Amino acid sequence: MSPEARARDAAVPAEPKVRIRNLTYAYGAKEVLHDISMDMPERQVTAIIGPSGCGKSTLIKSINRIAEVVSDVSIQGTVHVGDLDVYGPDVDLVELRRRVGMVFQKPNPFPKSIFENAAFGPRLHGVTDRHRLRAIVERSLRQAALWDEVREQLDASALELSGGQQQRLCIARALAVEPEVVLMDEPCSALDPIATARIEELIHELKADYTIVIVTHNMQQAARVSDRTAFMYLGRLVEFDRTDTVFTNPACKETEDYITGRFG
Amino acid sequence: MRRGLAGLVFESLCRGLTFVTCAALISILGLIVVHGVGVITPEFLFGTPTEGMTKGGIFPAIFGTICITLLMIMMALPLGVAAAIYLVEYAGKGLGPRIIRAAVNNLAGVPSIVFGLFGLGFFILFVGRNIDRVLQTGLLFGQPAMLWAAATLAILVLPVVIVSTEEALRGVPVSHREAAFALGATPWQVVRRAVLPQAYPGILTGAILSVSRGAGETAPILFTGCAYFLPRLPLTEFLGIPIINPLDQFMELSYHIFIMATQSTDAQVTRPIQYGTTLVLVTLTFVLNLAAIITRNRFRRRLGAARP
Repeated sequence: MSPEARARDAAVPAEPKVRIRNLTYAYGAKEVLHDISMDMPERQVTAIIGPSGCGKSTLIKSINRIAEVVSDVSIQGTVHVGDLDVYGPDVDLVELRRRVGMVFQKPNPFPKSIFENAAFGPRLHGVTDRHRLRAIVERSLRQAALWDEVREQLDASALELSGGQQQRLCIARALAVEPEVVLMDEPCSALDPIATARIEELIHELKADYTIVIVTHNMQQAARVSDRTAFMYLGRLVEFDRTDTVFTNPACKETEDYITGRFG
Repeated sequence: MRRGLAGLVFESLCRGLTFVTCAALISILGLIVVHGVGVITPEFLFGTPTEGMTKGGIFPAIFGTICITLLMIMMALPLGVAAAIYLVEYAGKGLGPRIIRAAVNNLAGVPSIVFGLFGLGFFILFVGRNIDRVLQTGLLFGQPAMLWAAATLAILVLPVVIVSTEEALRGVPVSHREAAFALGATPWQVVRRAVLPQAYPGILTGAILSVSRGAGETAPILFTGCAYFLPRLPLTEFLGIPIINPLDQFMELSYHIFIMATQSTDAQVTRPIQYGTTLVLVTLTFVLNLAAIITRNRFRRRLGAARP
């Protein structure tokens, strides 16, 4: 971690990178997010926890507008990523998703080679030069701590990798387009403890360069990786504070009940 | 005890019916092979019919069948794949797409002779004659030709292509579409780069099915382009190179069998030719299928391990 980044770490709360204001989100007639407002600081890790169905996945999927790809949704309120008005009338979805990358719950590499997976995003955005692609692929695989394991077999199918490697490849694929924000939707839920530990380590390294928002229903994970933690319940933001505060001295009774395992 | 007996009866029944099905298939194929294999000689395969079509070979019919099948698939595949992509990726679930789907399914149920009459009425008399009128080409397009026969067959097999392509597209996991969208792909890029490459094996399966369906059809080409007897090949020269002339008529194997069996001056004499031609048609369809299956499997391997 660079000294510069360390300095930024210390200054909590940092400049907000993602600003959500009064966000209400519904699939059809079913309201899943109710009047959410929160700021996610730049180059920090924000964790979102809460019981299943509390809307935490929907919340991060509202930041890159990926939820609406497969469902009919209705939205009120605003989301800003930096200066970009995410639900503004003239937002360019391609531009938004280039700036906000995403890693999904289950590793979902394309059935292509490792190289082609990492190069998928750059190719979409018009990079065709073989040398440049190679450089990008190497950089993003290094950033995702996968390079040393796959450097000899870049042309092998991504599906031959283990689950943990596949997920790191998906992280590399997201990093290859140089996003500013990386959204992670329960990235370790399909992985074993060792693979999980590697990803958590990786998250620590990545926050020097990226703003990270991670959804998890593993509370220890939230405590380990994040700077700030949001607790959601039934589509509402119950509590959002520094992670150590949320876990040692929560302000709300519901939060305390959840993190001490009384429900959820 | 009664339950055990019922199970036993049911099992025997299923076993018996399976046996009947297999036996029927084997006896048909066996009959064709036994009677046909003696006829197959180089002269039969590469010669033209002679002596009032009671002797000679069937090369023009083999050639015609291959040409018409290729031409058919060249028309049906792009059209059908485009329609399926529209239905799956763009159309959504409204009333319009539902009507289109119902229409496609109904198209699959239309008797093939209706396609033949449609081809005559629409392609030859309407499209062809109007092209002639506009281009002042006399009677060039407005008569039975390989082009129109292939177009008619293409419409016949269109539902097969559309339905199997739709299934192939739907088989691509939503998570891969999401992944591509999340990387900033446009809807078309998602289709082109994430969905289609994975759907190729399924689309090729559709092509296989439509080739098998189209290659053996007689009724749709009856009025639209196949010839009773045409000793030359439907070729023309283009810059000195012989190319297929899509405006020519052609002989075709299944139609050849039909006329040999029903229209021949002496059906008894031509019996061996009928069997031989049938054997060639069955073999040709089989080879086309095999080629397509091999291509499909190669695509699958290239995609890596099979999807769970």
